[in-house]
Formats: sequence, structure tokens, C-alpha cells
Amino acid sequence: MRPFTFSQPGTISQALSAKKDAVQFIAGGTNLLDLMKKHIAEPETLIDVNKSLSQNIVTDQQGISIGAMVKNSTVAADPQVVKNFPLVAKAILAGASPQIRNMASTSGNLLQRTRCPYFYDISLPCNKRKQGSGCSALQGDNRMSAIVGWNDQCVAVHPSDFCISLAALDATVEVTGQDQQQVSIPFKDFHKLPENTPGRDNNLPANALITSVKIPANGFAKHHAYVKVRDRDSYAFALVSVAAALQLDGQVIREARLASGGVAHKPWRWYEAEQFLKGKKATTANFKQAAAIAAGTAKPLPHNKFKVLMLQGAIEVALQNCLTA
Amino acid sequence: MSEKYNVSRRFFLKTSSALSALALIPDKVKALYERTKSFLIPSKETVPLSVTINNKNYKFDADSRTTLLDLLRENLHLTGTKKGCDHGQCGACTVHVDGQRVLSCLTLAAMVPGKKVTTIEGLADGDQLHPMQAAFIECDGFQCGYCTPGQIMSAVACVNEGHTRSVAEIKEFMSGNLCRCGAYNGIVESIQKVAG
Repeated sequence: MRPFTFSQPGTISQALSAKKDAVQFIAGGTNLLDLMKKHIAEPETLIDVNKSLSQNIVTDQQGISIGAMVKNSTVAADPQVVKNFPLVAKAILAGASPQIRNMASTSGNLLQRTRCPYFYDISLPCNKRKQGSGCSALQGDNRMSAIVGWNDQCVAVHPSDFCISLAALDATVEVTGQDQQQVSIPFKDFHKLPENTPGRDNNLPANALITSVKIPANGFAKHHAYVKVRDRDSYAFALVSVAAALQLDGQVIREARLASGGVAHKPWRWYEAEQFLKGKKATTANFKQAAAIAAGTAKPLPHNKFKVLMLQGAIEVALQNCLTA
Repeated sequence: MSEKYNVSRRFFLKTSSALSALALIPDKVKALYERTKSFLIPSKETVPLSVTINNKNYKFDADSRTTLLDLLRENLHLTGTKKGCDHGQCGACTVHVDGQRVLSCLTLAAMVPGKKVTTIEGLADGDQLHPMQAAFIECDGFQCGYCTPGQIMSAVACVNEGHTRSVAEIKEFMSGNLCRCGAYNGIVESIQKVAG
């Protein structure tokens, strides 16, 4: 690890005024310290923001606001989250290990880097690490890589489970910029596809801080499911994951939400499949059709064709599970 | 009767290897090292630390890069906490910070002051083993023993959190601790025994 200076500001304005390009914020550290040990991140200064940002969860009529520094395990165990946003709790508990969930922060989860093995191997090219060096996964081992939204520059996937539930529930990311200006970014616009800037995972303005994540009140608490398919039963990143949520009017689907992890550079929403389900009956045949619509848009790489069928199956199962959840 | 020296095996091995290595380096290499070290080795930053580990307070200056794991093992010689992967993938370094289980390899020592750290050395009450330690012995919860301190710290937390309602739940909430010997059945049994 490269030597760095360290500070622990007590307020957000102190934290923001100390932030420059060679300076990095640290919260839980579960991803950043690993990247520093591997010389992928080499900040000259670390700013511990645990005392600068909110550690509270606040609920009101509009929904819930989760402070940036609330630990993942705290969110998953929060009575309001469990009661009104159970999909979020389930998604969090499907990710990482109890130890890591005790350390990882809410905003840090949004900002974690991909787990593409080529990103972590500094002896091989990676456009995410070094723009223009090439994508090793494109011609290499791309079993874990994307099946939608990728391009020749980058085929990495976003590793979060928490974020998949936030994407499904149309959360917003509350951000405070260098000028102290507060911005609210819709979750679908927060993370980005590789485009021509694969080095950037998201649209967080330069040197800004996430202060909280807000989830609007919704009617999805009764019918929801999180299905995660992975190489081992627990403590592994998703090959494919599906967050599903339905609002039912008797047998009829009033609204449907479907989002996936392990398939794209960002948490991926299946808008066409959602649109198809709207107004239809909650039947196995319709669920199968929705899954087929979503899987039909996939463009797999040489080693991950299996993910397309896996995705289709996972969506079907998730929608079925919504009825029994 | 021979006189008893207060020198640990670890200290003897470290010191004797360092001295022999130093003696074997040619003078020219030493001179080159002296000339170039200022720009080859970046100067380290130190931070003042005041930490509470197993109810004892410690104060010293440490390199800002020091992880809690290295602080325990290298600075305080509390070598019960093990370094497995050093990348947060195996759980061997699990300790409690303010009663919560965390990975000490991914925790900066500089972020711990003001918090209470408990390691495997702090579990027993004198000669009286913690019930989980006793259960691991009774239920064959280990073979080689390398992952065991991490497993026990995680197991104690698992019981405290109440994640012991079924074998499946125990397995899910112990998945952050890998055991290459495969003593998993004994570990689950130990946890069931303590959870009662």
C-alpha cells in the first residue's frame, strides 16, 4: 500500500473542502482497502467520513431515508425497512458475509467497484483501470461478465445486491457537491454503462458526497422476491440475480418491477417485461412470457451464454415467489 | 536447572533471520541502498493511536497504512487473530469491534480509536474457557486450527445476533468463515450447543 495522510472530519463541509483529486473518501473500507493493497487505488490522502455523514434511518409519509453511513446489516435489520421495504432487506442479506455487512456503508455499497478479475489483475490490460489499454475479459474468461449493455471497451458487471433492490424500487441518491449544492439523482441515472468512459462506474459529480438514499413509499411490500444464482450457496457474487415486486389488484397486476444484478455494468431494469405484465393476470404463463421478453434482449459473450437461460429461469421463479412471499 | 529466558520462538526466528540476512548483504549493495532509499521508498505517514483491545488501553504511533489485523499481530503480538487471505475473503481475521463481528484485515487501525476491540485472546475468563471455545473442543469444531479463532469469534456473534434458529440459518450466517479442513459439521454443532 502506498503511504497516505489520514483525517477524520466531523462535518460534511470539512470533508468536502478537504477533497481533491488525489484524495479519497473512506467509509467501511471493505472495497477500498482491498484496492489499495493491490495498488489499484493509490490515494495520497484518506478522509474517513464516518463522523461527517448521517448514520440514521428516517421514515415519513413519503418513504424512507437511509443515511450514507448506515451499515448494511443495520439497514437489513431495521424494523421499518423489514416492514415496508422487505425487498431491500432480502437483497442485502443475499450479499457478502455478516462481517462485511457489519462494516459496509450504504453509500459505499453504491460506489463499490466491479469484481471483474481483470480489473484486479494489474499485470493485464483493463480499460476500467487504464483507459485505452484494452478489455482483457472481452477475449478472455468472460463467464462472469455482462450479457446486456456492454461494449468493446468493458464487459464488467456491477457487483451489488442492495443496489438491485434500490433500482427496482425507484430510489433516489441524495448528493452534496463541492459547492454545497444538494442534488437528487434518480437511481436509474446514478450508475452508467461503459460508453467511452469505462473508468467511471457512475454519474456522481466530481469530489461530491452521497449523503443518503431515499426510497419512496410503495405498495410492493406484500409481493416481492429476491432470487440470486451463484457458484456457491452463500458468500459469492451473483451470476444472475433478480429483484421482483408486484402490486396486485385481486388477480390483476397493477404494477410490476423487475431488476437484475450480474448482467450489466449497472443495476439493470427490465422495463419491457414490466410493461408487458402491467394490467395482465398474475399467471405462470404471463410470468414465463415476461421472462422470455427480458432474456430475449440479452447479448451473451462466448463464455456466458448459460446466463441467458439462467436469467429467464430466475425471473420466472422470482415472479412466482412474489405470490407466496 | 537451566535458567528460563523470556524470549519467544517467534522473536528468536525473526531476529536471527534478519541478522543473518544482513550479514550476507555485500557492502556495495548496502551503499547503493543508502543512496537510493530516499526516492525508492516513499516516506511513511504516522498517526497517533489510542485503542482499547480486550479491555486494555494502548497508545502509540503507527504507520497510517496499518490494518487492525497487523496492529494486533505485529505491534501488540496478539497473534491469535490469523491472517488468511488479507483480502476479506476467508474470515480468519474476524474480531469484534463494539460487539459486532468485522474483518480486521479490511479495517484501518486509524479508524478504531474510541471503539472496543475484542479478539480471541479476550474471550476466556482467566483459565475458564468461553462456552464457545469449550464447545469447539467438545464437538471437534476444528482440525488444523488456523481458521478457528475467526470461526469462534464469528460463532459467538452468530449466537448473540440470534441467527441460530436452524442449521440452514447457522450455515448462512457463518458463510463468511471458510474452513479448508471442512470441519463445518463440528462448527455448526458447537454453535447449536451454545445456542441451546
